[in-house]
Amino acid sequence: MRRIKFRLKRIFLYIAIIIIMFCVIAPFLWTIISSISTNKELLSVPVHFIPENPTFERYKAIFTSDDTKVVAFKRGIINSFIVSSGVTIVCLVIGTFAGYAFARLKFPRKNMTLQFFLFTNMIPPIVIIIAIYFIFSKLDMLDSVISLILLYSSFITPFVIWMMRSYFVTIPADLEEAAMIDGCNRIGALFRIIIPLSTPGLVANGILAFLMSWEEFLFALILTTSKAKTITVAIAEFTGKQYVDYGLMATGGVIGAIIPVLITLIFGRYIIKGLTSGAVKG
Amino acid sequence: MRKGLSEKKLAFILIIPAIIIIFAIVIYPLINALYQSFFDYNLAFPHLRDFYGLGNYIDVLKNGYFWQSLLNTVYFTVFSIGLELLLGFIVALVLNQEFIGKWLVRTLIIIPWAVPPVVNATVWKWIANSEYGSLNSILYTLGIIKKYRVWLSDPFWSMMLVIIADVWKYTPLVAIMFLAALQTIPDDLYEAAKIDGANPLRRIISITIPLIKPTIIVVLILRTFEAFKVFDLIFVMTRGGPAFKTTVISYFTYLETFSQLNVGRGSAIAYIIVFFMSLLSYLYIRSLKNTDNY
Repeated sequence: MRRIKFRLKRIFLYIAIIIIMFCVIAPFLWTIISSISTNKELLSVPVHFIPENPTFERYKAIFTSDDTKVVAFKRGIINSFIVSSGVTIVCLVIGTFAGYAFARLKFPRKNMTLQFFLFTNMIPPIVIIIAIYFIFSKLDMLDSVISLILLYSSFITPFVIWMMRSYFVTIPADLEEAAMIDGCNRIGALFRIIIPLSTPGLVANGILAFLMSWEEFLFALILTTSKAKTITVAIAEFTGKQYVDYGLMATGGVIGAIIPVLITLIFGRYIIKGLTSGAVKG
Repeated sequence: MRKGLSEKKLAFILIIPAIIIIFAIVIYPLINALYQSFFDYNLAFPHLRDFYGLGNYIDVLKNGYFWQSLLNTVYFTVFSIGLELLLGFIVALVLNQEFIGKWLVRTLIIIPWAVPPVVNATVWKWIANSEYGSLNSILYTLGIIKKYRVWLSDPFWSMMLVIIADVWKYTPLVAIMFLAALQTIPDDLYEAAKIDGANPLRRIISITIPLIKPTIIVVLILRTFEAFKVFDLIFVMTRGGPAFKTTVISYFTYLETFSQLNVGRGSAIAYIIVFFMSLLSYLYIRSLKNTDNY
């Protein structure tokens, strides 16, 4: 009796897991399948779930075609790479320094400053986008990759400061003190002891900053018109009303998602640690 | 031992880059928007720019569309977060069991979270496509619907699909946070409850939920602020339609400012959003303090 009950429980558990995995994977997998289905199959009723003649023509077209939308898309990939990498570097440098100060140094109004950073993290982008648009247009900074890097960095830095601060707090202070007795100054100890020990935290924050910049849409939509368009804006244009090439829409979506998905699968361990550390300690 | 800089000066040097970038790019525009909100300023008539006092705020608060979009935002936020918390909790309970392929499942489950919102919206827009979408095809084949439906033109289902897209992306994140919290609960607590004769549901209600309550609250706060900002899904999937049913507050502000070109009013809406967000965070902070006390 006990054995049967145990067996039944196991069966239910595996059914639950299969359902969960189906829900997780099916929508994106379907987009991948659509991107390699022929147009005839895409437009067949009822839907063909397994393509009979898989084709990679669209992927080839996206990298070789001269169509204006496709060219904009290619440019979007490059721009998104530049912007996201730039933001990652800026945020890690600024965020690590400030995070260290909050974790280790004594200075007046420390808590107030930290709360100020947290507050800026809560401001919805839509609130400042109007003013940003006017300021940037006066300074001739519209449609520029550099502007996007500055803008995203200012939104992501508070998050990195907060996360790096929590990371530094977990590193014993004795380690730096020992180094300082051996003749290092604080900055030396920061670079030689603390930063090497914080590699997992830096990796997690770097990846999160990269992903957040990669998926940003609202600012890019409003502030870029042609040369600085990012991949998300280009994908949104694929789905626009006048453009009903479902295959190309799916292909654009897959290309836009594949980079963050791969990064997440490769560095999943670090990211999950980074994401959960704040929430679990509460 | 040479001290070099004093601690205070060093802290100042380390923090100042962050302060400069945030003041220039977040705080200054925030103040600028407040200033703009007191003017009657439409980009269609750029030479007319009259002081309008609280006029923009009064206009917005009298505007039925504003309240409709606020209501839509609350609807979206409550439903998507409710579902994410519930499903996330169930998924976390399942993943907390021992099973073959656990490592693989835990790795793959994060995929939806990594998909950018614009792509997420594209994926679901394609699934819900009225002619060639898989949703219609599957439901029709199973006999659940009698004829193909135009999901995204239906007032109820368009919002539901936006919610489903959001739930698909964020449930894994919520589940992973809950899972991390579940792993901190010692097994002997459950064993003791089992010996006392508590059934599984009882154990979840009286052990699991109270012990992961701090995580539930953190997730709730994080997700509320995120959900309140929703824009990408709406822009790609529905453009606020049909009949204004999916126009959320961010999209409404966007329309007022960038298609109506009404800068003053857009800024006033922005500040009303800030007011609601502050109210919300105040309520959350108060409830956090209450849970600490008991």
